[in-house]
Amino acid sequence: MVNKATEMKSITDHRSQLSGNFTKAIAAIVWKDLRAEFRSRELFTAMLVFSLLIILIFNFALELDIKTRQSVTAGVLWATFAFAGTLGLNRSMAIEKDRGCLDGLLLAPVDRSAIYFGKVISNLAFMLLVEIIVLPIYSVLYNVNLFQAGLLLVILLGSIGYVAVGTLLAAMSVQTRTRDILLPILLFPVVIPVLLAAVKASSGFLTGADMADILLPINLLIAYDIIFIAVAFMVFDNVVEE
Amino acid sequence: MQPKPVALKVLDIISISLLGIATYLALVFAPTELVMGDVQRVFYFHIGTAWTALLGFILAAVFSVIYLITKDLKWDRLQVAAIEVSLVFFLITIALGSIWARPVWNTWWTWDPRLTTAAITELIYIAYFMLRQGIDDPDRRARFGAVYALIGGLSAPITFFAIRLFRTIHPVVISGSNPEGQGSFSMTPDMRVAFFFALFTFTVIFIDLFWNRIRLGSLQDKVEQLKLKVTM
Amino acid sequence: MITVKKLVKRFGLKTVLRGVDFEVQPGEFVALLGPNGAGKTTFLRILASLSRPSLGEVNIAGYKLPYDAAQVRARLGVVSHLPLLYGDLTAEENLRFYGRMYNTPNLELRVTEVLEMVGLEARRRDLVRTFSRGMQQQLAIGRAVLHDPDVVLFDEPYTGLDQDASSMLDDVLKTIAAMGRTVVMTSHDLVHAEDLATRFDILSRGVISASASRRELRKTNLLAFYKEALAG
Repeated sequence: MVNKATEMKSITDHRSQLSGNFTKAIAAIVWKDLRAEFRSRELFTAMLVFSLLIILIFNFALELDIKTRQSVTAGVLWATFAFAGTLGLNRSMAIEKDRGCLDGLLLAPVDRSAIYFGKVISNLAFMLLVEIIVLPIYSVLYNVNLFQAGLLLVILLGSIGYVAVGTLLAAMSVQTRTRDILLPILLFPVVIPVLLAAVKASSGFLTGADMADILLPINLLIAYDIIFIAVAFMVFDNVVEE
Repeated sequence: MQPKPVALKVLDIISISLLGIATYLALVFAPTELVMGDVQRVFYFHIGTAWTALLGFILAAVFSVIYLITKDLKWDRLQVAAIEVSLVFFLITIALGSIWARPVWNTWWTWDPRLTTAAITELIYIAYFMLRQGIDDPDRRARFGAVYALIGGLSAPITFFAIRLFRTIHPVVISGSNPEGQGSFSMTPDMRVAFFFALFTFTVIFIDLFWNRIRLGSLQDKVEQLKLKVTM
Repeated sequence: MITVKKLVKRFGLKTVLRGVDFEVQPGEFVALLGPNGAGKTTFLRILASLSRPSLGEVNIAGYKLPYDAAQVRARLGVVSHLPLLYGDLTAEENLRFYGRMYNTPNLELRVTEVLEMVGLEARRRDLVRTFSRGMQQQLAIGRAVLHDPDVVLFDEPYTGLDQDASSMLDDVLKTIAAMGRTVVMTSHDLVHAEDLATRFDILSRGVISASASRRELRKTNLLAFYKEALAG
């Protein structure tokens, strides 16, 4: 039997250390999401299968002969990621909404933005995981080497921007009556700069274009990422609180 | 039931008159352009409506921020009015742009930065209304609307610059006096008169429609209030 | 421990709480009764810091809502009719997660203690998905008291529980009450409240219309007291 008095004292002490809890809370949320997903693999499987199906559809929809393939690969990849990404974002937020878990998160004595960052990191992890698997499959199917450092960098930067805005918008759409179907409608018009820049930069790396041409879109991606993470983090309270 | 304020009625009349004069100036007074012919006259209204739409866009973003800071629903009403007016004017701008493009470039649509961004902004607006539609609680509706309008307000300009920088296949321009642009022309003094008058007219029309819309919004709220009183 | 003064809550134009005054001393067990739609859940959500008051003051454990919300949350535990648990995690993983969010010291020890208290030690490594409603409720209570809060709020906790689960809940509630924690429990059903509470408050039409302590009320009179309070 633990001494009640000392137990009470230590609990009261920790309460004054609320600020140190921020990073711990983010880590807890990320770990929780990864652990749950690792068990069920629902999200991951859905996103992966959906991605492969999209690539398949593109194969029949577009003439992907050797010549056109070059100019179109970047576009096909990013279109695939953009569509499959919405699945992950939706599901990740729906899990919180369904059993009232969002309230559980809000009840914790932690800044709301910790929830935002935690969700962004786990959403990003899922998205990158799917992308890492899609790349070699695409490479094999179309005999294109997609494993270039530059391309991987663009995929990272683009995914960050997409997930930063997507997490915020998913948090909103999951609370409306229309739910899932609303997310792509909200997200796509607003994430076009990411698609534009990412495709431009990816293409550049794949076709061996001038560094100067590639640097510009990459800078735009970085700027977009910074701006929107900052804005989303500032307004996130408004989206989850009542 | 409050009657329309006199000032607003006067503004309505002024707006319509100005529109009439602007139309005369654009269609009759201004000289016919050498290269493009009469279709160039569309340009006066096209720029006017584009300017109005842009004004609404900027105001909406500003109102977003103010609402998020003050949480006063008045700013939400202003934001909805601004976006609605902007939505309609962007639509007119795009339509006029198409009308201009057809005879000049033999296509209904050009993927130039301005037109494309206008279309994307329209989609953002539509998404905005769909978002609001799915929410019953007025406070939440206002908050979510403000957040999305803010995100959209930041994203659209970035889109514009991104297209401008990257899409080199379809060069810029539906410009009035940029000699590098396709479909360019330089304006004679008479044309300038029609042009600036149109700009002025559309600004007044914007204020008129905006004010009317805000008034409509307040009346709508009053109706809601009365409805609640009756059912209780 | 809890002081509420003239609490008003509006959703847009609808007023749900119209000036609620409510006070709870440390160690009291208050049953908040009232018909559906009276505003019990809204009231509890405000106490839980999940919702902001439109007007009025709320003080819990010496801290003011919504300003010192974080301080309040650290001392508050909430059990709602939704489990607030992650189905794909095990019982102990769920508790560990919440423990980390609350920065609970001696987490492992605490998790085991709590699991024993709610009788789920044997199933700590099972996925919550496989738990019955009653077991989920037990675990939810465990989650609520993990960080040793001063105040525990229960929102209609008996919803959807069968006989066995109900009596288990009775036991846990008695244990919590015995530990000296302050408890506020809402219910639209009088049966369970009767045995446990030290005080009965009736929330009707947005205000607390009646309040009586256990001593003032003999068991058989609770129903009469309730009906009278609603009629008045």
